[in-house]
Amino acid sequence: MVQIAADALGCQVKPGGLSGTPSHTAYHPRWYRERVSTYWWLWKWRYLKFVLRELSSVPVAYFVTLTLVQVHALSDGPQAYADFQRWMTHPVFLTLNAISFLFVLFHTVTWFNLAPRAIVVRLRGKRVPEFLIAGSNYAAWLVISAAVAWLILRS
Amino acid sequence: MAETIKLEVTRYAPERHQAPTSQSFEVPYRKDWVVLDALNYIKDNLDGSLSYRWSCRMGICGSCGMMVNGEPKLTCATFLSKYAPGPVRVEPLRYFPVVRDLIIEMTDFMAKLRSVKPWIIREEEKPLSEGEYLQTPEQLDTYKQFSMCINCMLCYAACPVYGLDPLFSGPAAIALAQRYNLDSRDQGAEERMGILSQHAGIWGCTFVGECTRVCPKHVDPAGAIQQYKLTAAKEWFKSLLMPWGAK
Ligand code: SF4
Ligand code: FES
Repeated sequence: MVQIAADALGCQVKPGGLSGTPSHTAYHPRWYRERVSTYWWLWKWRYLKFVLRELSSVPVAYFVTLTLVQVHALSDGPQAYADFQRWMTHPVFLTLNAISFLFVLFHTVTWFNLAPRAIVVRLRGKRVPEFLIAGSNYAAWLVISAAVAWLILRS
Repeated sequence: MAETIKLEVTRYAPERHQAPTSQSFEVPYRKDWVVLDALNYIKDNLDGSLSYRWSCRMGICGSCGMMVNGEPKLTCATFLSKYAPGPVRVEPLRYFPVVRDLIIEMTDFMAKLRSVKPWIIREEEKPLSEGEYLQTPEQLDTYKQFSMCINCMLCYAACPVYGLDPLFSGPAAIALAQRYNLDSRDQGAEERMGILSQHAGIWGCTFVGECTRVCPKHVDPAGAIQQYKLTAAKEWFKSLLMPWGAK
């Protein structure tokens, strides 16, 4: 009898009484909530790309630190700088720097491609097209890289 | 025999099921049918108990959003032919609690929309005798894109941040706030900034960008949020440089 009454109300009652947890109460729907998997970013290439983009900030930070160390070595005199240069030829650093460089490239490209989303420039009431905004970023990148290359390779 | 296509539809009856299950239906395959037509066919001919929302059938009411093969879609604007030969998986919008079958609970979304004060705020209303607030086509153009939102919630179903942090205001609500901020008649930007510059507001967004991709109305909520962040950062700098400055 208890079971029948409970069924009518949509409750699930364990045999042996009303002590079971009802899965549903009349007039109060039991919503189903799905938990987000820890591995949601593996569902789609686009999510994975996003996570890689976020991760690429680590190599960016690494390169900044490396540059600071380099400047520090430079200020410590020729011996320290020669030591620094010697470390950099070590296979561990070569691999690490190569991987980091790829990540930094990825970071830059994705960043520039997203820039037009955030920056809205209006000229004479019209929004400047997205490719021009991204394009000017790439152009600046090229010019600055060329300038740096010229500075270094000049000697 | 006429051609058919298989639909795998999520079923959930809270009074009977512990968790949703999938049920398969064979429906006629017609080139001019959208996924919603197939669901209507099931309801009319195969199983009248199937529950889902729809109204306009023309991509304007925003009520027929579901996951089709894992992507948030307006089912009235998604053709079966895109998925031929099938099967087509139809599930309720992701990240929302499921009430029954394909119906989700949207109170949370409604509350978030309201929280950003999506209406024209004036410091002082001008008297009626002075006439309406005028606006040029250029001024209209600055916010028009963000005003096209039909509240279909596809962008929420695409946003992993919303999935992981249910407190996040979410794409459509922030885009709507931006729609009013950019309106030349509005003076409530500062009020809204107070609400949205918190962690659960614009800074919750990590710019996955999926909301913009799935939006059927090209609202570009991701763009709206990044532009909002830029404004917030500028305001913060200004207040740092000129703490005494006028508001
Ligand atoms: S922003 Fe686009 S996807 Fe989001 S609710 Fe509005 S119309 Fe739908
Ligand atoms: S039924 Fe109205 S948008 Fe699809």
